[in-house]
Amino acid sequence: MAQIATIVPIMLTVGANRIVPGVAIPHPVGNPEAGPEEDKKVRRKLVLRALKALQTEIFEQTIFDSD
Amino acid sequence: MAYRVVHYINQFYGGKGGEEVADFKPSLEQGPVGPGSELQKLFGDEARVTGTIICGDGYYAEHIEKARAECLKIVEELKPDLFIAGPAFNAGRYGVACGDICAAVVERLGIPSVTGMFPENPGVELYSKQIFIVKTADSAMGMREALTSMARLGLKLLKREPLGSAFEEGYIHRGIRKNFFKEKRGSLRAIDMLLQKIAGQEFRTEYEMPVFKKIPPAPPIKDLKHATIALVTSGGIVPRGNPDRLRVSSAESYAKYDISGLDDLTPENFESIHGGYDRMWANVDPDVVVPLDVMRELEREGVFNKLHPYLYTTTGTGTSVANAERFGREIGHELKEAGVDGVILTST
Amino acid sequence: MRLELHKVKVRDVRWGDATKVEGGVLYVDKTSALEEVKDDAFAKVDLELARPGESTRIIPVKDCIEPRVKLSGGNGKEYFPGFCSPMQRAGSGATLVLDGAAVVTCGSIVAFQEGFIDMSGEGARYTHFSKTNNVVLVVEPVEGLDKHKYEAALRIAGLKLATYLARACKDSKADEVATFEKGSTAEESAKYPDLPKILYVCMSIAQGLLHDTYVYGEDIKLSFPFLLHPNEVLDGAVVSGNCVSACDKNTTYHHVNNPVVCDLYERHGKDLNFLGVAISPESTVLAGKVRNALMSAAIGVELGADGVVITEEGYGNPDTDLCLTAKYFEEADIKTVVISDEAAGTDGKSQSLADATPEMNAFVSTGNVNEMIVVPPMEKIIGEAEAIALLSGGSAESLREDGSMYVELQSVIGSTVEIGYGNVGCEWV
Repeated sequence: MAQIATIVPIMLTVGANRIVPGVAIPHPVGNPEAGPEEDKKVRRKLVLRALKALQTEIFEQTIFDSD
Repeated sequence: MAYRVVHYINQFYGGKGGEEVADFKPSLEQGPVGPGSELQKLFGDEARVTGTIICGDGYYAEHIEKARAECLKIVEELKPDLFIAGPAFNAGRYGVACGDICAAVVERLGIPSVTGMFPENPGVELYSKQIFIVKTADSAMGMREALTSMARLGLKLLKREPLGSAFEEGYIHRGIRKNFFKEKRGSLRAIDMLLQKIAGQEFRTEYEMPVFKKIPPAPPIKDLKHATIALVTSGGIVPRGNPDRLRVSSAESYAKYDISGLDDLTPENFESIHGGYDRMWANVDPDVVVPLDVMRELEREGVFNKLHPYLYTTTGTGTSVANAERFGREIGHELKEAGVDGVILTST
Repeated sequence: MRLELHKVKVRDVRWGDATKVEGGVLYVDKTSALEEVKDDAFAKVDLELARPGESTRIIPVKDCIEPRVKLSGGNGKEYFPGFCSPMQRAGSGATLVLDGAAVVTCGSIVAFQEGFIDMSGEGARYTHFSKTNNVVLVVEPVEGLDKHKYEAALRIAGLKLATYLARACKDSKADEVATFEKGSTAEESAKYPDLPKILYVCMSIAQGLLHDTYVYGEDIKLSFPFLLHPNEVLDGAVVSGNCVSACDKNTTYHHVNNPVVCDLYERHGKDLNFLGVAISPESTVLAGKVRNALMSAAIGVELGADGVVITEEGYGNPDTDLCLTAKYFEEADIKTVVISDEAAGTDGKSQSLADATPEMNAFVSTGNVNEMIVVPPMEKIIGEAEAIALLSGGSAESLREDGSMYVELQSVIGSTVEIGYGNVGCEWV
C-alpha cells in the first residue's frame, strides 16, 4: 500500500510505510486551484509516484517525494 | 453486615515455604493469612477476609488453565463480594497469576477484583487493561501502602462508588481516557504547569506522549504491468446521496462501490461527505481526493493491468483507532482474497 | 495601552418596545433588531430568546458573539474593527459589554461540524452559553445561495446584531469596570526584568469554509504568525468564521473573553511578564504548518520569551501544528505548555492525538471529544432538531423518538474549547 496524504508527520506517526506527500488537505491528489491542466498533471505525477513506491523495496517508513 | 472478601496469595506469603514449594496446589484456608491480616485491619468492620487461597507461583504458571479453574471453583463456592490478589510487587510469576485469576473472577463470576503490582511486573502488560492493578513499590517494603490502596479501591468497587482518575485512585491505568470536571479551568492549569516547568519543579502532565507501533513493510510489487491495483480512501468520497449513510465523522463503517463502469468521478455521480475539511474542491471534482480519472488512463496505457472494480471508502476524521484498525484488516483481507496486488490509499 | 471594559450585567432577556437594559434585564425591540440584520442573502430572518434554565435547544449553532460597543477609543457606534467599524487598533479607551448576554447565530446547515446548545439538563453543563441570556438569530438562506456567501452573510449579521444591542444600551451604567493596562513588550520587560517572560501562541484554524478565522476583518489563511497586544484580542480584533467541530471552536465570544489572555494578564507584574499574543494560522499544507511553527518560535526568541502557552483550535491535522510549534519552541530553549483536547474514541481507548512529539511533555487536556453523553429532550427547539444527524458527533440515530439525544461531546458548542475556558479535563482510568 502507498498512501497519498498531506500531513506527513501524521502518516509517520500512524505507521504508514510508503508515503507520498499530497498537495493539500482538501485536495491531496490534485491542484485544482492552478486550473484543470495543472491539476491533472499533478494528479498523474502523484499517482505514478505512488505506483513507483509500490514497486520499491523498503525496510522502514519511506517518504517518496521525488520521481 | 460486613462485606465478604476472599484473598489470593502465593506459597511464600502463605507461609508454606519458598521456591522449593512453588508447585503448591491451590488450597483454601479460613480467615486471613500472612498479609491478609494487615488487609483485615485496613478493612476494619466494613469487610471480612473470610478465606484465603494459597497457590504456588510455579504451579499457576505451569498449569494456567488448570490452576485458574481450580481457584475459580473455590471462589465460586465462597461467593465473596470482593476478591483481592497479592500484592505481587515485582515478582513475575506471582504477578501473572494474580492478573490471571483476577481477570477470570471478574469475567466469569462478575465479582469485583483488585490486585497490586510494580509497573514493570510482566503481569501489568498482560492484564492492566482488564483489571484494576494498584501501583506498588518493587518489594514488600511497600506492603503497607499497597494494601491500603487495594483495600480502599476494593471497597469503592464493591460499593459501586464512582471512581476518580487512575492516578487519584492509585492504580495502573487501563488505557482508557475519561472526562472529569476539574476544580480549575484549563488556562489556569496550563499557566501553573508552565511556571513549574520554567522553575525546574516537578509537574504532572495531563497526557503523556504515546509511542507508536511500527508495521513491517510489505514486499514490493515485482511486475506492475500484470498487477491489479485498488483505490481506498478515508476522504469520505461516496456516490451522490450517500446511499449507505457513511458518517461525516467518527465513522462506524466503511463502504465499497463498483467503479468498474466509470472513467471519472464527477459531481453527478460522487460527492464528499467528510466533515473535517472544506469539501468545495472535492465536490467540484472528486478526482482530487480519489484519482479515478488518472488511474483509468494509466490502466489503458498498460502501466498496470487492472484497476480493481471496487472503491473502498470511509471517513477518517474522529474515527477511533480501534475502528480504523478493523476497517483496515477487513478491507485488506477482502482485497487479498480478490487477488489485488497493491493499494493506493488517499487521505485528506 | 489601557482598556476599560464597562460591564452592564444582564440576568434576563425579554422582548420590549425599545432595546435597553433596565434592572438587569435586556429588552430587545424585535423590529429594530431585525432591521439591523436583514440581508438579500436571507429568505427568512427571525429572532428568538433563550434563557438559562429553560428547556430549550438551539441547533445548528454557528457562532456566539458578546454584545459590545466602543464608548471611547473608537467612534461609539461600532465594534469589531474591520467588520462593523473601520480599521483601527482595538484595545484602548472604553468598551461597553452586555455581560451575561450573547448573540447566537443559527440556521439551516452550512456545513458539518456546527453544534448545539442546551439551556438546561446534562448538555448545559458543558457549554458556557447555557448560562448566558441568548438572542438567537435564525435565518434561512435564499435558495441556491453559494455556501461561502451564506456563511459570510450570517457571520456579519451576527456581529451587527451584537453591536446593535450594545449600542442601544450605550448609556447604561456599568455594574463593574475591568481595567487592562500594559505597556509595550520593551517597556514591561524593562519594568520586570526578573519575572519569567511568557508568550501566548493562539493557534487559529484557517482552512476553508466554516474553518476560518478573521483578524481585523481579514481571513488569516495566508497570513504568517503575528503579534498582538493582549488588549487587541480582548477588544474584538479576532472574529471566528469556523466551527471546526462545535466542541473546540473558539467562538467570537470566546476570543474577546480568552481565558489564557485573562489569566496571564491577571498575573502580569506579579509572577510573570505577559509578553503578548501571537496568532498562528493552522494551515492545510505541511509547508505552511512548518513555516508558521518556525515563525511563531522566532517571535518568541525575538521577545526573549522564557515560556510559552500554546493553544490549539480543532483536532486531527492541527495536532501536527501543535507538535511542530512545541518542538520548535523547545529547541529554541523556550519552555512550552500546550492546551488541547483529545479524540480518544467513544471508548476512550484510541490514541488521543493524530501526531506526537517527545517535546510536548507539558499537556493540559480539555477533554475527550468523542465521549458519549445523553441529553434530555427539550420542550423548545430553536432551529432544526433533525440537524443533529449531520453534525459531527451526531448521526441519524442520535435523535431518539422522545427528543433526547445520544451524541458525542463534540457536538456541544464550546464543550472542549482549547483555550481552557471550561473545567472539563481528561485523565487515564
